[in-house]
Amino acid sequence: MQKFHIIKSKMIPLLQNDIDTDQIIPARYLKVTDKNGLADGLFAGWRYNASGDEKPEFPLNQTIYEGAEILLTGDNFGCGSSREHAPWALVQWGIRTIISTSFADIFRNNALKNGLLTLEVSIPDHEQLMEAIDNKPLIEATIDLPNQTLSLPKGFKTEFMIDAFSKKCLKEGIDPLGYLLDNADLVNSFEQDQKMAGIYRVTTSSDYYANDSNLSNR
Amino acid sequence: MGSLKFFKRFKVNSPTTLFDKIWESHCVYQEDESPAILFIDLHLVHEVTSPQAFNGLREKGLEVRSPDRTLATMDHSTPTVDLEKTSVDKSSQLQLERMEANCLEFGVPLYNLDHPGRGIVHVIGPEIGLTQPGMTIVCGDSHTSTHGAFGALAFGIGTSEVEHVLATQSLLQERPKTMLVEFTGELPSGVTSKDLILALIKEIGIGGGVGFVIEYDGDSVRSLNMDERMTLCNMSIEAGARAGLISPDQITFDYLKGRPFAPKGKDWIRSLSQWQSLRSDQGAKFDKRIQIDIGNLSPMITFGTNPEMGAAIDSTIPDPAEESNPVRQASLSKALEYMDLIPGEPLIGQKIDVVFLGSCTNGRMSDLRSAASLLKDQKIAPGLKMLVVPGSESVKRQAEQEGLNKIFLDAGAEWRYSGCSMCLAMNGDQLSPGQYAVSTSNRNFEGRQGVGGRTFLASPLTAAASALAGKIADPRDFIN
Repeated sequence: MQKFHIIKSKMIPLLQNDIDTDQIIPARYLKVTDKNGLADGLFAGWRYNASGDEKPEFPLNQTIYEGAEILLTGDNFGCGSSREHAPWALVQWGIRTIISTSFADIFRNNALKNGLLTLEVSIPDHEQLMEAIDNKPLIEATIDLPNQTLSLPKGFKTEFMIDAFSKKCLKEGIDPLGYLLDNADLVNSFEQDQKMAGIYRVTTSSDYYANDSNLSNR
Repeated sequence: MGSLKFFKRFKVNSPTTLFDKIWESHCVYQEDESPAILFIDLHLVHEVTSPQAFNGLREKGLEVRSPDRTLATMDHSTPTVDLEKTSVDKSSQLQLERMEANCLEFGVPLYNLDHPGRGIVHVIGPEIGLTQPGMTIVCGDSHTSTHGAFGALAFGIGTSEVEHVLATQSLLQERPKTMLVEFTGELPSGVTSKDLILALIKEIGIGGGVGFVIEYDGDSVRSLNMDERMTLCNMSIEAGARAGLISPDQITFDYLKGRPFAPKGKDWIRSLSQWQSLRSDQGAKFDKRIQIDIGNLSPMITFGTNPEMGAAIDSTIPDPAEESNPVRQASLSKALEYMDLIPGEPLIGQKIDVVFLGSCTNGRMSDLRSAASLLKDQKIAPGLKMLVVPGSESVKRQAEQEGLNKIFLDAGAEWRYSGCSMCLAMNGDQLSPGQYAVSTSNRNFEGRQGVGGRTFLASPLTAAASALAGKIADPRDFIN
């Protein structure tokens, strides 16, 4: 995973609210068993026409945005399905930050585990960014993760929030699994306590269906 | 000692919510400036969101920590026409084979294509009694919220988190906020829990639940059976809430008793006494409260391209010109353009090509029975295609025992094997470009049910009425 420090990039405008993960990557692209090649499916329904050619008017297809790493979108980006293929596809395409006024919970969780910053701004700041792109489509924004700032060349600068844990993971380019593994003993003793307290425990491995009488459902 | 230490976790002075109780009793540890480590009681796994997680374990030389807290099944990429893998495409076949290989390698129990217990992951958990009150349940699937109907804290996770749970049986989580939604009043005839949840999503919006766990209560919710409660919790995510919760009551206990994985004997008695305390205390504080009176609710149907764009079935398609918020106006115009619908026209009578009855939202026995009650001795409209896809093989067998399959087949519908099917159109069951469907599933996003397909979300009753009419129809006109 690429470490996130400071990035400076043009912003690709995709100014629609409630962009769901089915738009980010349709289900037909999920028939994979690895993470490769997902960028082809990114926004497939909007990016390609019926014959599979790129639609020139779609922002991601425009050469002026080649190499851009920031997507500027509307409210509630990433709603819908939990598919992590959505952030994988965005990252593989080259996106490293999405700026929006709000994000769906599961999408945000997934993005932050893949080096993709979900940068939440206030509505007035969002309006200023849109205006800046309107006036100057190729304007470059600078995102400084250590200082948690987003700025434009001429004066606009805003701070953004990110929880300390996710910030650390992004900066170091690490997944939180290591943290969980380090705390495995606590989990073990928790489970032991649960057992001592007489909490009933399901055991998925008992094969009740092996016995034919369980085949009849009520 | 162990027991004392454990119950300390429950010890609280002020009234708490059901969510708080489950959270506190599963929070292993929380460091300052870090999310909580939450213990996961049950992890459900399916073929689409797990292969990369198993790859991750393999690369890191890790094992599955608790295979016996894990259950895998196949539902998204599975065929519904026959159970030959060759009836889906090559990549789906590979995905199914990969699931078998991963489960074999890591010792995870799997209900594969040939297994009598197979089905949609959120249908089988409850029906075999694995889903129990007070548990934490996760799955790499956003509709995991379904299991909240039993008073379990259940939510969808991404594939990285699937790997975390496989490796550690724990998960890092920020504590969500709580919202109480109270439905009051008697359910009018022809109105179902699907209509309640569509009405709520219309009210609070598709982002209205972001950051929240929603607890549902009120006399209307108490009167719902478990299948109906699952429908309600299932679509919590369609309002942006990762989890929905309903405190368990006698209806829950009656449902669970005797299910294969439910506690037996002394375990049952002990579990019951624990479960009975699983409710929000009088005076518990929620971050947000909403009350909806359903006494005058009409059946709901969506007209747009997200679940918030819904309306009473006896109303008209809204006019973007009347929307004052410019962003919402633009979304509505774009949605109506995609749907090719004309503002001001009545919803009833809009043409349809397909009816899809099934999914983790409405693919259970109650749903099939309710649709069959309208279709009995009737024929669906000529030229219309109706797909009936049971939520699980167990639902399929039960429906066949009750003769429901015969009712559907005689009416002219197709009776399929279980799976997610046309809800997300991964397995070849899909709409053709431009086609309209009334679907009992959960998402009407652009292209969700097939490239260019157009979805009207509604209840099984509305779906059945529409199948008979060959166009959108009000189920109240068909109920005698």
